[in-house]
Amino acid sequence: MIEHSVDVAVIGGGPAGLAAAVSAKEHGADQIVVIERNSWLGGILQQCIHDGFGVEETGKSLTGPEYAEHYINMALQRNIQIMLGTMVIELKGNREIVAVNSNGLHNIKAKSVILAMGCRERTRWNTMIPGTRPSGIYTAGVAQSFINLQNIMVGRKVVIVGSGDVGLIMARRMKLEGAEVVAVIEILPHPSGLLRNVVQCLEDYDIPLLLNHTVTNIEGKERVERVTISRVDKNMKPISGTEKQIECDTILLSLGLIPENELSRMAKVEINDRTGAPSVNQELETNIPGIFACGNCLHVHDTVDMLSIEAKKAGKSAAEYITNADRKQYETVIHVVPGKGVRYVVPQRINMHGKTELMLRAKKPMEPATLQVTANNKVLLIKKLLCATPSSMIKVDIVVSREVFVSRDVLEVKLIG
Amino acid sequence: MKKFQVAVIGGGVIGSSIARELSRYDARVVVFESGSDVASQASKANSGVIHSGINYPSSSLKARLCVEGNRMFQSLAEELAVPVKWVGKFVVARNEDEIAELEHLKQVGESNNVPGLEILDGALVKKKEKNISCCGALWVPTAGITSPYQLTIALAENAAENDVKFLLETKVVEIKKQAHKFFINTTKGEFIADVVVNTAGVFCRDIVAMLEEPDFNVYPCRGEYLVLDKAYSWLVRSMIYPVPPKHMGVLGVHITPTVEGNILLGPSAEFITEAEDARTTKEMMVSLLKNAKEIVPALPDNAVINAYSGIRSKLASAENGGWADFRIEESRNTPGLINLLGIESPGLTAAPAIAKESTRIIAGLIELKEKSNFKLSLNRAKCFSEMSENERTKMIEKDGRCGRIVCRCEQVTEMEVINALSNPLGARTLSSVKYRCRAGMGRCHGGFCTPHIIRIMKDNFGIDIMDIKLKSPNSRLFTGRIREGAQA
Repeated sequence: MIEHSVDVAVIGGGPAGLAAAVSAKEHGADQIVVIERNSWLGGILQQCIHDGFGVEETGKSLTGPEYAEHYINMALQRNIQIMLGTMVIELKGNREIVAVNSNGLHNIKAKSVILAMGCRERTRWNTMIPGTRPSGIYTAGVAQSFINLQNIMVGRKVVIVGSGDVGLIMARRMKLEGAEVVAVIEILPHPSGLLRNVVQCLEDYDIPLLLNHTVTNIEGKERVERVTISRVDKNMKPISGTEKQIECDTILLSLGLIPENELSRMAKVEINDRTGAPSVNQELETNIPGIFACGNCLHVHDTVDMLSIEAKKAGKSAAEYITNADRKQYETVIHVVPGKGVRYVVPQRINMHGKTELMLRAKKPMEPATLQVTANNKVLLIKKLLCATPSSMIKVDIVVSREVFVSRDVLEVKLIG
Repeated sequence: MKKFQVAVIGGGVIGSSIARELSRYDARVVVFESGSDVASQASKANSGVIHSGINYPSSSLKARLCVEGNRMFQSLAEELAVPVKWVGKFVVARNEDEIAELEHLKQVGESNNVPGLEILDGALVKKKEKNISCCGALWVPTAGITSPYQLTIALAENAAENDVKFLLETKVVEIKKQAHKFFINTTKGEFIADVVVNTAGVFCRDIVAMLEEPDFNVYPCRGEYLVLDKAYSWLVRSMIYPVPPKHMGVLGVHITPTVEGNILLGPSAEFITEAEDARTTKEMMVSLLKNAKEIVPALPDNAVINAYSGIRSKLASAENGGWADFRIEESRNTPGLINLLGIESPGLTAAPAIAKESTRIIAGLIELKEKSNFKLSLNRAKCFSEMSENERTKMIEKDGRCGRIVCRCEQVTEMEVINALSNPLGARTLSSVKYRCRAGMGRCHGGFCTPHIIRIMKDNFGIDIMDIKLKSPNSRLFTGRIREGAQA
């Protein structure tokens, strides 16, 4: 076992991990290591060759690799140690990490740990699509990696299942590479991805989006030959008699993203039911002191800009955890829970009074909407929104008074249509 | 034209077992497999159960070969480094009427020489299996589980190392018998053999029909399964079976732990018209869950991570009750043609005994002289996930690729993928890798490892991307390059 001792260990060298590492350095942490399982930094950004990254942060519309380069350079300039091709196989609650690469096994003792493992794609079996098991079925992200990183085309006549952002981007990408994109199928009554992607990737290319539809069968003996789609009712159950067959040789699945938290669970980090990810406080610290979480392993973000901003906060918190000797030991904790109309809210805990930023997502589209935060039926905040949609994260600052804080009342966050 | 003494048609668990048994002798043996790898049909899609022998009428071939095979399994698994666990099984009775059925099963089992059978009351069952509610159950201690595809692959690879020739993606299209020789025309050329062994499973009738008018029909019967996430392995420790249904000649929907730590629900039983129609259906998914919940009420709805189906090769139709015995015999009309017909459950359990039985028949036709240089077992390297810290360190010191993990969920290294692709059968599909080293079997279903495996196939093995397949000869993964001439 090769022994290491560091101030901050960051698990994951994607956009969240890099931004967190840079920020930790800027806030006084000295020895920082970023552990990345692939042989490159930047994570999924490297396969996102379309533009639109960095608009909020840099004012320029960058491609994924350009945006990644920006942070990679910052990390390198700041002498942040990078371990590539290195898989973390164990995370302990005492912030010890066991990792492996071609040099051997590594035991990394860290004063604080930042979880930035990102997310993975939901598969056919998460939604149990029946039928045969031929070739030609890819998750949208895997197809994107073949096309953009390995110069390999995955199919010629495509049906895209699910209208998540990766699916929308891939609809356009397949079309640009000469494939026929027959349709994008979405079970919900509204698209799952951002409106700008619906316009720029589907409408601009005349690709039909079929809302309220689901795939009820996949056919094909060796390669995909066709899919059966059906219209669904209000409860998302297929309506019999509405079946339609579509000939295709490829199916791309964009069924949503799942935060990756096998390591968090291993370290006994508390996992929130709604996000399937660590529950954190306003400093993005998990229930285990010194372990912080950010990026898509905390909750799936709309844009990399928002993700980087959050990750910098985690980096700052992790640095302060080790540099600030008389950091307050918080005893009082108040919980933040999603109420009516809200799918989830981050952070789930607040352990100091004052200003805190809440990030939340609507359950379904509302236009207009009223955001309300209450504590024991007392209204702390009311905010009118022009609209609220599940695809757009809502950020809001609330001020928790000392009074409310000591009462330990639960904060409930609601969206009313 | 290449000459062999024995041509085995079909690389399932039966064909591979026979090939491996024959590889002990100085005989030139070839196996024709139409798929891109062995275990490409029912041998990879079943419950993986080593049956005890309580379910078959005494004096049937199924009863005898099942009990014999069961006794041979432990040493066979050890020889081949294939996992086996003797978890035992409960046949549960939901009411008093079914208790009488248990008595009957126990009697049949005892007359078949199945040891250790016991009928326990509901409370005792609850003590052993806290999530099972029943009136009583028959405890069958000699039932176990194995990995059916790992077993088939290990048998075939060991046979290949002992000079049996495996021809993959080779479909037999015509057989003629002339002057005591079989002339076998395949998609990969013509071959001559003295003996033909028909282990074509659900396609066994097609092979017979090339030489004579078959005196039987095959009734394909689809069985669908659901696989539960490893996180729910605590639900049961043993196999849980219902009292077998009166018709169909099947054992009913059961709950089976796998050697990997998942739980299987299934199989359904549905007679179908097309022998290759291995689809899964929403109706069966719903019904399997419902059936399983009757036995294990604690079963959650969201635990399913996979679904598949396998096709049974039955010699009796639904109308005729679905039950028929195995047929293992030399054809009367075509001497030298050895038919293995209707090999469905308990075929996996019986495979080692069937191999001995078939070899005895073959020995009556050609001279079989034992080899002096038979290599008993493969030298299988331990996988990374099973290694101790020291073993891992040593392996990585020898070769850095032993420390590069390419499958996150199952912790499979680049070296293990390379070893899987270097198999002696020459099987090189994505599924061949998956079934040999588990890359792609975890909860992300290949999201992380697939691009890495493709890279290894291209860079280490020089496989053209147009030749990369999922699992069968025409299951190409890719349609071309994005930019010709550009480097990836």
